[in-house]
Amino acid sequence: MSTRFINLVLSFMSKSQTNKKVVSVINVSKFYGSNSLDSKKVLSEVNLDIFEGEILAILGPNGAGKTTLINMMLGRLSLSSGEISLLGHQPGNIELKRQCGAMLQVSSLPDMSTVREHIELFQSYYTNPMDYSQVIEFAQLSELESKYSRDLSGGQKQRLLFALSICGNPKLLFLDEPTVGLDISARRSLWKAIIELKHAGTSVVLTTHYLEEADHLSDRIVIINNGKVIKIGTPKEIKSEFNSKTIRFNSDVNAEVFSKLHAVKKVRTQQLANQEIQIEIETSDPINTLKEIFSAELIITDLTIAGAALEDAFIKLNQKSKQHEGDLS
Amino acid sequence: MNKGKVIDPVFDKLNLVKPNLINIYYMEAKTETIRLFRTPGFCIPTLLFPIMFYVFFGILFSMNKATMPTYLMITYATFGVIGPALFSFGVGIAIERGQGWFDLKEVSPMPASAYIISRIVLSIIFSLLIIMLLFSIAAIFGDVRLFHSQWILLAIILILGSLPFCAVGMTLGLFLKSSSAPATINLIYLPMGFLSGLWLPINFLPDFMQSFANLLPPYHLAQLSLKVVEMDIGAPIILHIGVLLLYTLFFMFLAMKAYNKKDKQ
Repeated sequence: MSTRFINLVLSFMSKSQTNKKVVSVINVSKFYGSNSLDSKKVLSEVNLDIFEGEILAILGPNGAGKTTLINMMLGRLSLSSGEISLLGHQPGNIELKRQCGAMLQVSSLPDMSTVREHIELFQSYYTNPMDYSQVIEFAQLSELESKYSRDLSGGQKQRLLFALSICGNPKLLFLDEPTVGLDISARRSLWKAIIELKHAGTSVVLTTHYLEEADHLSDRIVIINNGKVIKIGTPKEIKSEFNSKTIRFNSDVNAEVFSKLHAVKKVRTQQLANQEIQIEIETSDPINTLKEIFSAELIITDLTIAGAALEDAFIKLNQKSKQHEGDLS
Repeated sequence: MNKGKVIDPVFDKLNLVKPNLINIYYMEAKTETIRLFRTPGFCIPTLLFPIMFYVFFGILFSMNKATMPTYLMITYATFGVIGPALFSFGVGIAIERGQGWFDLKEVSPMPASAYIISRIVLSIIFSLLIIMLLFSIAAIFGDVRLFHSQWILLAIILILGSLPFCAVGMTLGLFLKSSSAPATINLIYLPMGFLSGLWLPINFLPDFMQSFANLLPPYHLAQLSLKVVEMDIGAPIILHIGVLLLYTLFFMFLAMKAYNKKDKQ
């Protein structure tokens, strides 16, 4: 009881998310091409808000428009229509840049500068930079300070890019696939650093292909497909929209039991390997299926029941969006 | 959650404070200069090529020991100061654009002027080194004798004269792809140097080439410098300065347009 109370107090204290809007994207569209006949629409009437201390993940398949949206927020791309406001400024404004950090996908850094030189240079651009030692600690670069960037591994370069994005003590941080090339422990350290920044009040816009990362880090997720926002919600809300459960167990299931399981409404059964059975249920209530399994009096081991993963929801949402567009055309 | 209010910049005190611009210029120039001094692929050809050519054609195989060492010292110094301007800007920017590093700097609060000034400083440092090396070799081995004021005036003209080539380099760097930039810039630099009479005295070239040289900025910089030792062809100073200024403005305009163009990726 006392532990639970302490956890509650701690979670209340660390709750840094407020209702202050830091990013406002209103009816933003982007198309390339000079006239309506050959123009290609890459973003269509996107609306979203980002709040102080919030981590927002932008997800979508390749070519969905994620990078275009980020580039528009960073002021690198013009808007065809709509409006974007970041911390009360237009994208690209120098005052705004002093309050933002960005980690873009950079293939390599200037070879003959050391980690320390890179960080100190970027710190000089900002009014209120983070302490050098704090940057090093956040990005876990303490043993690499005097190394030239040409001698860094892919993961170490990613960590340096992360250091450059946070060294200005940003209020708003853009992270474009920040953990690409990182091993599991480095990835988890970076997640920890991102969460610490969020607790300090930094808002984070994150794009990633690792859905586990989005699930773990983000307060809300935006799913974009074909330039359109197809879903906005918390990871829990998105997952719960697909009321599916997956039951897994090991057992020697015969054909009769298999057909019985198939007969249960909204159930899909498959044998994964030898004795491993996977049953997907399209409802949140697995009771009927479990009853069927137990009534067969099988010898069951390693039984697990899991809710829908974000990955399942992501795939289904994208399929749904594709189908909808197919129907329209 | 959607009822939030956009933070008003008026109440955001951080907006009122500006970073130290001089410190940004200093840091940018220092980092860039140290980095390039650590890059032998840039330093060695930039410093050694003009000196090597001068030693061969101006001293060892000189056809006229009285005038050639002085004349070619000036034309090879012109050739030398153009190199860092074209390469540090042109190749440097093109490579950084290809890597995505330029984009990262563009979205950072680094003022664009810091990026340009740091490279101008770098170009001036390399130009000074080339000028000092060439002048020393010419004085010691080529027996070139000038008044102090002439040495100083030559150095000033050459350093200031490298600025139009910084603008040319910047434009090329913003338009060329990283893979093709070194070859393309060499293709411009070397023939332009030859056609401007920087490798051999201009009167050694056929007439049509001599008239074509009038259109090239290195020719005008060389003529301006040769005027200090009264070895130029006698055109007015204003013409040389005017052409160099025109080139500078034209390429600066193109570079600004390319830099400010959104949707450039």
